[in-house]
Amino acid sequence: MKLRRMYALSIRHLYLIRGSFPRILDLIYWPTIQIILWGFISKFFTMYSDYYNNTVGVILSCAILYDFLFRSSISFNMLFLEEIWSRNFTNLFVAPLKLSEIITALTFTALVRTLIGIVPAVLLMSPLFGVSIINLGAPLFLLFLSLYMFGTTLGILVTSGLLRFGPAFENTAWSSLFLLAPLGCVYYPLSILPEWLQYISNLLPLVYVFEEARSILINNSVNYDNIINALLLNLIYFSLSVIIFYFSFYGARKKGTLVNMGE
Amino acid sequence: MSIKIKNLYKNYKGFEAVKNLNFEIKKGSITGLLGPNGCGKTTTIGMILGLIRPTKGEVLINNKDIEIEKNRISVLEKMNFISPYVELPKKLSVKENLIVYGKMYEVKNLQNRINTLCNDLNLKEFLNKKTGELSSGQKNRVSLAKSLINNPEILLLDEPTASLDPDTGDYVRSYIENYAKKNNTTILLASHNMSEVERLCENIMMMKQGKIIDDGTCEELIFKHGRVNLEETFLKLVRE
Repeated sequence: MKLRRMYALSIRHLYLIRGSFPRILDLIYWPTIQIILWGFISKFFTMYSDYYNNTVGVILSCAILYDFLFRSSISFNMLFLEEIWSRNFTNLFVAPLKLSEIITALTFTALVRTLIGIVPAVLLMSPLFGVSIINLGAPLFLLFLSLYMFGTTLGILVTSGLLRFGPAFENTAWSSLFLLAPLGCVYYPLSILPEWLQYISNLLPLVYVFEEARSILINNSVNYDNIINALLLNLIYFSLSVIIFYFSFYGARKKGTLVNMGE
Repeated sequence: MSIKIKNLYKNYKGFEAVKNLNFEIKKGSITGLLGPNGCGKTTTIGMILGLIRPTKGEVLINNKDIEIEKNRISVLEKMNFISPYVELPKKLSVKENLIVYGKMYEVKNLQNRINTLCNDLNLKEFLNKKTGELSSGQKNRVSLAKSLINNPEILLLDEPTASLDPDTGDYVRSYIENYAKKNNTTILLASHNMSEVERLCENIMMMKQGKIIDDGTCEELIFKHGRVNLEETFLKLVRE
């Protein structure tokens, strides 16, 4: 074994890390998010250990809802990234496709991809754990709709970044959703967050979706205010994300990143 | 369809990739765009395709400004493009790729069109094979089929025979030559292959540092610069 050769291979990767701030950020990001998320979960269970009494399905149902959001967003990003990885990207943008057609096509295809992934998991919940997400009743559709809209919004935002900044933005596609897990109060109520963080979380439709899911499963009551708040916020964010996508496209044309994307 | 370029500029953060380009490519003609790497050929093609926004100037296709979104889409319906740097999805079969692009370009009688292209370009035997499993020569023919799927009136060819063996390269050149004659297609060909340009192009534009430094027929350029072939003429011009 030659030390110099091993050193050469190591510095090849170190150069890569040193030359890219997003890569350094990515290395710091994941442990930080894990610590924050599990910190809040631990705090919640320490303070309210009897909160989930007799409602074993709450965490599992929230996990499925969160996964649905995760899949919707990642599916959208994956469809776009596939075009970059396969170097087919330029072919798409020289085809007579309107931006609205691209967004609509990706949105619906992402839904199909998401359902393929999530339906088996939902079906397995009942025989394995005796829990069914169907217990959420009719509002389940609205909760899914809200999460799908938010997932698509995030997908469009990440895709806008990919258009504008190129494949270097790829890591953001993977990390964007994990930031939202602690802030979105997926596994614990909003009240567990420090007050200043609650103001930020209130701006996320996720908080209303998961508060509502817990309210239905624990208290058997539906608060339509939460559902409406979530849908309204989603509508605003979705519209903004579409505007940003258009701006990114024009920015990419100005910068020339549509040519040979993925090179 | 014709291509008219008027006072075209493209700057990237202070670097002038294209400087004051002016040219016209008449309907049904084949024009070559020659120049060393980084001279602005791909940027020019990118601007004609609407992929790059010019800093200044106009790209008119059939007198329509492609910076207007409505025009861009209607022009792209009748245009197509091939480049060795752009590939088709590798995990899709040849047939699936042609169906996807045929539908994107709203090709009527798509199955007939695919059959015709497969016969012409000898694609039949690997129609159901994954595109990523093909040799580079076969992939190139599939990309060529994709670029002809909409029967384009304008075809932009960026180094269409790069990395091909001489036999496949010759096959592709012959096919393009015959196709253009038969369909009266307007072609802009960017290439480093001088014999290819000499054989196919009626008119040649020489680019250097973002500018067209000379243009004319192949014979005119060779005669004007006192050289024996296009390659030597090219070398003289880019080294001056």
